[in-house]
Amino acid sequence: MVKVLVPSGALGLNYDQEALTRGIAAGPDIIAIDGGSTDSGPSYLGRGVSKYARSSTKIEWAGLMQARAEAGVPLVIGTAGTCGADSAVDWMLDITREIAAEQARPLRIAVLRSGQDPEFIASEWEANRITPLGNAPEIDADLLRSCTNIVALAGAEQIAAALETGADIIIAGRTTDTAILAALPLMRGCHAGGAWHGAKIGECGALCATNPQSGVIMIDFDDAGFTVTPLADGAHASPHTVSAHMLYENSDPFILYEPGGHLDVTDAEYTSIDARSVRVTGSEWVPTDDYTVKLEGARAVGYRSVAIALLRDRHYVQNAPAWADDIVAKCSAKVMERMGLSADAFTLELRLIGHSASFGKLEKRTADPVEIGVVAIITAPTEAQAGEIGKMLNPYLLHHPLTQEEEQPTFAFLFSPPEMAHGVVYEFALNHVLHLDDPMRAFRLEVMDIG
Amino acid sequence: MAELRSLVTKVRSKNAGPFWLTIDIFCGSAESFARVRDGLSVSQIAAVFEADTQTVKRFDIENLHVVKFSLPRPAVQGAVEDRDMHGASWAALIGELDI
Repeated sequence: MVKVLVPSGALGLNYDQEALTRGIAAGPDIIAIDGGSTDSGPSYLGRGVSKYARSSTKIEWAGLMQARAEAGVPLVIGTAGTCGADSAVDWMLDITREIAAEQARPLRIAVLRSGQDPEFIASEWEANRITPLGNAPEIDADLLRSCTNIVALAGAEQIAAALETGADIIIAGRTTDTAILAALPLMRGCHAGGAWHGAKIGECGALCATNPQSGVIMIDFDDAGFTVTPLADGAHASPHTVSAHMLYENSDPFILYEPGGHLDVTDAEYTSIDARSVRVTGSEWVPTDDYTVKLEGARAVGYRSVAIALLRDRHYVQNAPAWADDIVAKCSAKVMERMGLSADAFTLELRLIGHSASFGKLEKRTADPVEIGVVAIITAPTEAQAGEIGKMLNPYLLHHPLTQEEEQPTFAFLFSPPEMAHGVVYEFALNHVLHLDDPMRAFRLEVMDIG
Repeated sequence: MAELRSLVTKVRSKNAGPFWLTIDIFCGSAESFARVRDGLSVSQIAAVFEADTQTVKRFDIENLHVVKFSLPRPAVQGAVEDRDMHGASWAALIGELDI
């Protein structure tokens, strides 16, 4: 039996302190928390930074480090700093050292780095050891070399290697969401299907239960399956809330691919064992000989600037699409003429909030809005060019008339200047797997004793 | 004919990674599930996105009363042309389908 305590779906989302205390009193074997995912977009991986405030991260992590010391068990974070790039791991390590000094407690820290040298990945690509997953973008060696960050998603094997160092705290770069939860139960011989399934159910904290914001859950793994128990007051798990969690952010609700195999929950059975807990059995782990880890990468594709204007004049609100189309055509022509940029070197788009900003041409509904927010989005090869296009757009956003016959209108700008530099535009560049003979080949483990 | 949203408990859409979108329709009852399962086609879902029907995966999950669809994201998450980083808005368009 292995008890895994999960404080919340991600460090930075906060957790219920009372429920955490209850979890510590129940004697967990490990505390595991996720630090991120791709869900916030490519900028975090592109820059190798966290989306959460350092001060929030520090307070929440200090609470978990304190809880860990009380429980005397390992604390592990996966995908540290949102993206799990090496720089985000270093950020997390820096915070951890600060807290360790403040708590005046000696610690053994294991750091698992998942960052990949683009040159190594390019050579693996050329050696045919990288294969695409569904809807993967086209790549080539040069594109791989141009990525600012590439990470490989560690599985249970790499987390197990970190646990075997005897570390009190494990700071892991990019891992699968499940690996940090599944690793210890697998090491101790729990049911493999149950280990991965329980890890998937638990990786978002209490999202698999009622009162999902409450965060804290305990998962008890054993030799046939697992039992999940939310620990906050008023939260309970039911067969429905637990099984429905397999739908969440999964393209296939029955199959989950992991390094070394896949989980199949087609025949899983979910049973209420009391008002709060659910037991799950019948999940199957299907191992494969071909050990692969998923890759994620981001690369810079230009610079963005943004401007906002408001239309409130009824005539312009009613004719906003034609007005926007005319501005885009005229301003784009001016950009090409005056800046010498070709049509495919930049983008200029006006999205009409209140009209069609969510879906563009796929929007089906029409209505008569009170006002329309116009968001101009510009991308160009350099920051200076993106800014220059923003300035070229300025007089159109302020004064463009629908026809030559009407009086010159003036629209509302929220601030001066109306255009804002939004920095580097990153794109996700990889949806591929890397084939590995040795699971540790793409990862680096470092152990440090501090204090 | 009725709007899907009036027949079900909840329609949810989310990223399933940066390259896929997944739509979960929680029907709430066996009766509603049967109606959605029989009345909502893959081609209707594909049409919302102007996507190829061959790319849409469908799962009818009777014990949860859920009909689920997954398809390649209309734009890769965070790409210049993407409009919704987390993919959650699409649920509104699906909910407005007539079945």
